[in-house]
Amino acid sequence: MNKTHSKLTDRVATLYFWLSGILIVGILAWFLFDILSKGLPNISWKFITGMPSEVAAGGGVAPMLFNSFYILFLSLVVSLPIGVGAGIYLAVYAKKNKFTDLIRLSVEALASVPSIVFGLFGALLFVSWFGWKISIISGAATLSLLNLPVLVRVTEESLRTVPASYWEASLALGSSRWQAIRKVLLPSALPGLITGITLVAGRALGETAVLIYTAGTASSRAFPDFGLKEMGSTLAVHLWYSGSSSLAPDADQIAKGSAALLILIVLIFNLAIALPGRIISKRHNGGN
Amino acid sequence: MNSTHKIHVEGLNLFYGDNQALYDIGLDMPANSITALIGPSGCGKSTFLRTLNRMNDLIDSVRITGKVLVEGTDIYAPDTDVVSLRKRVGMVFQRPNPFPMSIYDNIAYGPRIHGIKKKAQLDEIVERSLKQAALWDEAKDRLNKSALGLSGGQQQRLCIARLLAVEPDVLLMDEPTSALDPISTLKVEELTGQLKERYTIIIVTHNMQQAARISDTTAFFLNGVLVEASDTEKMFQTPSDKRTEDYITGRFG
Repeated sequence: MNKTHSKLTDRVATLYFWLSGILIVGILAWFLFDILSKGLPNISWKFITGMPSEVAAGGGVAPMLFNSFYILFLSLVVSLPIGVGAGIYLAVYAKKNKFTDLIRLSVEALASVPSIVFGLFGALLFVSWFGWKISIISGAATLSLLNLPVLVRVTEESLRTVPASYWEASLALGSSRWQAIRKVLLPSALPGLITGITLVAGRALGETAVLIYTAGTASSRAFPDFGLKEMGSTLAVHLWYSGSSSLAPDADQIAKGSAALLILIVLIFNLAIALPGRIISKRHNGGN
Repeated sequence: MNSTHKIHVEGLNLFYGDNQALYDIGLDMPANSITALIGPSGCGKSTFLRTLNRMNDLIDSVRITGKVLVEGTDIYAPDTDVVSLRKRVGMVFQRPNPFPMSIYDNIAYGPRIHGIKKKAQLDEIVERSLKQAALWDEAKDRLNKSALGLSGGQQQRLCIARLLAVEPDVLLMDEPTSALDPISTLKVEELTGQLKERYTIIIVTHNMQQAARISDTTAFFLNGVLVEASDTEKMFQTPSDKRTEDYITGRFG
């Protein structure tokens, strides 16, 4: 191959990669512009704080907004300790044998199950069998099943990025394994863990398929209602509902407003977690 | 057994799965002196060192037979508390491995996990340990800065200080200067010379001049076998085994 030819190939390749990057940024920008320009005019203080309306125009999304965070919070209360615990087990304690292979295989299988299937499973298990009805608690429980495998993997992977030398150093100073995990491994893995948990939470905020059959498409008439047995439509479910089956005359505007609001919330939520996370990990690293 | 021997090893065999890495090792390591373990790469000297504080336990497939007595107690007895063993028999690794924390927190790590919480007491331990490791003058104005900002040589002395802070009896050093420049190496060597008055030191080294300079006893390993162990001066002047002579005169390895 001659020199001018390889130079040309290099240029074409560079151009291709550059264009791919530009395309991604372009799609994102277009998407954001479209959603926000159509949605933001529909967002008002009344929309955010108002109660939803089934048939009349001018309904708000206050309970949905509340339910989104309430269900997210409840599902993380359940899935975080179990998911992080299993991740620590796999990364630190587990020996390589058939049993741990089975755990890993199960985690991967669970992670690849479509969320609508989790939704049906939750509907059968929590809604019918446990008798929890279509409620906030059923939705949160099903959502935590969806989060669980991802949390396990995120925890295991972020712990594996911590150099083995930290682990050895701690044990060689006479620490127990738990002390080494709590004082060295987890703090060092914190940035990765926080990123992972933020992604899980962001996905959970936007989740619909899991919640339609378990938390329902309606919400309590009271606000805020912490009742676990109340129906708990979230913002994302409300967006789906307004866009597909609502009878309200302004359903289309409500859907657009909800979409824009949802994006803003996920954005703010990510920033709110990522920024303090960085500060914490910087402080842990001795401010260098 | 001689009472001045801090560590007594007898009939020690070690296997990684089906591969035997150490064959019937017997060695006495006297208290308050430096024992150097020398030999070519892969001869088992580091593996042997790591049997002395049971760091090999971290590897699933390792199996060990034989006896390792530290002050007369078999550390492979079933009722051994590995955590308290490692507090008594501490280790410095080949690559400096400070935690990603401040200098102060690195030194205070050991005392804290062993239950010391009072600030005044920790301050005192940090200062004393850094002084013992000859790092105090360089580090005293930056105790709250990250340990990762130190140079390699300073980091290794920090790791030694971190170990001294838990007041072990025995210091195991696994090629502690192999990642350091000559000046830092010299500092660490001087330091080990001072430390042997209070501690029993076992050091693995690739560098025969280093073994000759700092150690009192030298043990030569080859292919998992302890070929010869004796007084360092005697070993380097009149080795009794042909293989030892070949190695220390640079004919192989």
